[in-house]
Amino acid sequence: MSRGAPSRGGSLAAERRQAYLLVAPAVAVLAAVALYPIGAALWLSLHRHIVVFHERSFLGFANYRFLLADARFWSALGHTAYFTVVAVSAELALGLPLALILHEARRGRGLLRALVLIPWAIPTVVAAKLWAWLLNPSYGLINRLLGGADINWLGHPVLALHTAIVVDAWKTTPFVAILLLAGLQGIPEDIYRAARVDGASSFRIFRSITLPLLRPALALALLFRTLDALRVFDAIYVLTEGGPANTTETLSLYAYKTLMRAGDFGYGATLSVVTFLCVALAAAALVRGLGRGWEEAR
Amino acid sequence: MRSRGRGLGYAVAVVALLTFFLGPFVWQVLTSLWPDDQLGRALPRSLTVGAYASVLGGRPFVRWIANSLAVAAATTALCLLIGTAAGFALAKLEFRGRRLLLGAALAISMFPPIATVSPLYLALRAVGLRDQLAGLVPPYATFALPMTLWILSSFFRQLPDELYQAARVDGCTPLLAFRKVLLPLAAPGLFTTAILVFIFSWNEFLYALTFLSSPEKRTVPVALSLLAGEHKEPWPEIAAASVVATLPLVALTILFQRRIVSGLTAGAVKG
Amino acid sequence: MARLSLEGVRKVYRSGVVAVHEVTLEVADGEFVAIVGPSGCGKSTTLALIAGLEQPTSGHIRIDGQPVEDRSPRERDIAMVFQSYALYPHMNVRRNLAFPLEVAGLAREVIAERVRETAALLGLEGLYERRPRELSGGQRQRVALGRALVRRPKVFLFDEPLSNLDAALRTEMRGEIKKLHERLAATFIYVTHDQAEAMTLSDRVVVMHEGKVQQVAPPREVYEAPANRFVAGFFGTPRINLVPPSTLGIERADGLEVGVRPEQVAIGRGGPPESALAAQVYLVEPTGAETWVTVALGQARLTARAPSDFVPRSGEAVWIQVDARHLHWFDAGTGRRVSAPPSP
Repeated sequence: MSRGAPSRGGSLAAERRQAYLLVAPAVAVLAAVALYPIGAALWLSLHRHIVVFHERSFLGFANYRFLLADARFWSALGHTAYFTVVAVSAELALGLPLALILHEARRGRGLLRALVLIPWAIPTVVAAKLWAWLLNPSYGLINRLLGGADINWLGHPVLALHTAIVVDAWKTTPFVAILLLAGLQGIPEDIYRAARVDGASSFRIFRSITLPLLRPALALALLFRTLDALRVFDAIYVLTEGGPANTTETLSLYAYKTLMRAGDFGYGATLSVVTFLCVALAAAALVRGLGRGWEEAR
Repeated sequence: MRSRGRGLGYAVAVVALLTFFLGPFVWQVLTSLWPDDQLGRALPRSLTVGAYASVLGGRPFVRWIANSLAVAAATTALCLLIGTAAGFALAKLEFRGRRLLLGAALAISMFPPIATVSPLYLALRAVGLRDQLAGLVPPYATFALPMTLWILSSFFRQLPDELYQAARVDGCTPLLAFRKVLLPLAAPGLFTTAILVFIFSWNEFLYALTFLSSPEKRTVPVALSLLAGEHKEPWPEIAAASVVATLPLVALTILFQRRIVSGLTAGAVKG
Repeated sequence: MARLSLEGVRKVYRSGVVAVHEVTLEVADGEFVAIVGPSGCGKSTTLALIAGLEQPTSGHIRIDGQPVEDRSPRERDIAMVFQSYALYPHMNVRRNLAFPLEVAGLAREVIAERVRETAALLGLEGLYERRPRELSGGQRQRVALGRALVRRPKVFLFDEPLSNLDAALRTEMRGEIKKLHERLAATFIYVTHDQAEAMTLSDRVVVMHEGKVQQVAPPREVYEAPANRFVAGFFGTPRINLVPPSTLGIERADGLEVGVRPEQVAIGRGGPPESALAAQVYLVEPTGAETWVTVALGQARLTARAPSDFVPRSGEAVWIQVDARHLHWFDAGTGRRVSAPPSP
């Protein structure tokens, strides 16, 4: 640790303090809207708090004990985990070819990127409505293309969850592609030329050069998308509201219903906190697991 | 001959991708022009703007757009105001806790919104901001401010250190150097941040759904989700509403695609 | 114009890296001091410490006797020319020149007068309205110089200002900087990795290596009496020949290393003169003005500077001869300069 510098007086030290002044407003706002609510949610989760009845009593960890035995919670966790794994895999699998295509584009590269970004830019609600209409049992295009089939996409538990996955993938693959594209653009042209001169085939180049050098970007996309998928709310809410019969209910949705529909702020907070913990755990695990790969590839 | 085959495969891939990503949208536009009574057919025989008339005339649509505009603009303004100087400090100044702040910002943007909904609800209610558009701005800062800090600090970092040093040697305090030398050069970064914060704020759903209850205060995403007909869902109207609601976003995306991409990858590439 | 002194200045970074080890230096008023060394030697850090862009971990920095190590750059009355010039891209030449004076709050008429004066000195009239990106490399250099001059500071600092110029322009600007110093009689601290620049420009040279000062002396002395092996090898092109004494046929000189400059190595064909050594040509490099011939002598190789008409073939047998009066002796272990061993 460099000693001496911060503890000295003089104008240099005074100017160093200016830095704190500049970041203070941002720190204050973040503490107020993010850190405080998390602490407050933790506190809330230890109570029984029904807003409508103005009822409020301290329960200790009773809510958490209840949660561990709550079958609906475990289903929600399962749905969320399944959604995350499938959606993120699909997005990475689709995003990479998309990134490669965008990378190859010569003419109209800008327009292509813009068009492909449109699904990302529109509200999730709109995206969900778009697909709900396409999958409408009576009038939807998909059923028509399937020769007049009568599939109720959103009414069937398994199909409904996968529909949500398709909506999520449709909307966020462009984002993944953009991240991967940045990674691709970071690979110097000379490396490819050297590989060509060494006689490597396109596939070989992709496997031995492109993919390893893309690892940081892939890791980043994996991290961001996983954390986003674990928090999914909008699409499911609009498509099925968790139905039919809670078969597509995810953690966020269950917590929301408990809070806003049942007005149970105590248990709702408990669910929220647990959701937060799941996301935090996933983040920690990914950062640790990917951190190694990241450092290697740098 | 290899490049020609490649060219064909490439063209096919592009068409397939465009179909997948834009197809639903195109279909939605078509639906919005579809006459109600012809919904049973495979394709409409004629097109009508009746749905648009109903959407723009009948419901408080303009109101909803104004609401979204107000909240998004306010959030963007607030974040730029407090985030720009902070982004500069994070990039160019040495102080304890710098890395911690950036890390904390990233972590905060990863919070599930549902986690903060309950206390925020109670807090907003306590200060009388529940069901007020202004009450949405603080919660929106949860994701908008970290994004601002990451993009702008990355942007300021790209400005040469020597420019800041020259300003210091020329007699500027850090604040003065920021104002006179670095800030004017940061305009593109500010613009990029503004676009992204605006888009994310406009599209936000959970907080808007939870904290606002009056119909006339709804933002566009919430209003669209609650659009219901008397008997069955008025699909052409929903489609029309979707198209109108997203037209500004589509325009923003096409016009500023390069900035959006640079903003999204700003923090990422430096990682 | 002022005196500058560094007393035991030390800079340790938070990572534990010691960038500068206890540097002590006295610079007289109006002196041109060059700080040279390879990249990473600590010269730029030292300059940053003098400028106030970094704060020393310990030690004192004084300008005209006043301690300034706690003061920000704006209170030190120094000016700096950067390697990349660091001209403000959003301001035209006039504003770039005027900026330091505006910040200082000088009156508008004073600013205008000084800017005009400085521009005239550097030949920048007619460029007032241009932006930096519309200027050539040499013009940008001058504007950077002008921005420093306009303030009339006590000390001028230069951080490798010529590194970004091509060779021809570099030589030209070098001369201009030297002329500028003569004209202003101001204190110049000039950092460079180019030993030729240091030699031609400065009154005294400070040689740094791995954060430590190796030698502080006028250019001639640094060249003719280098304090250690590193300094000897840093100055002079081609590099000084450093070989074990036995290679040159000198016995009873254990634990020592001997250095001889290429221009002190005589080389020729045919019948060797007395006390010459037989060698074999290894590499021939004609430079136009002369020929550099590297020969193999036992296990070692030596380079000699020969006239341009002497162009042997690789592998040819030649003789070389060195004058014992022009040998440099170093301790083989520490590398420090020692006196010649007694002749047998």
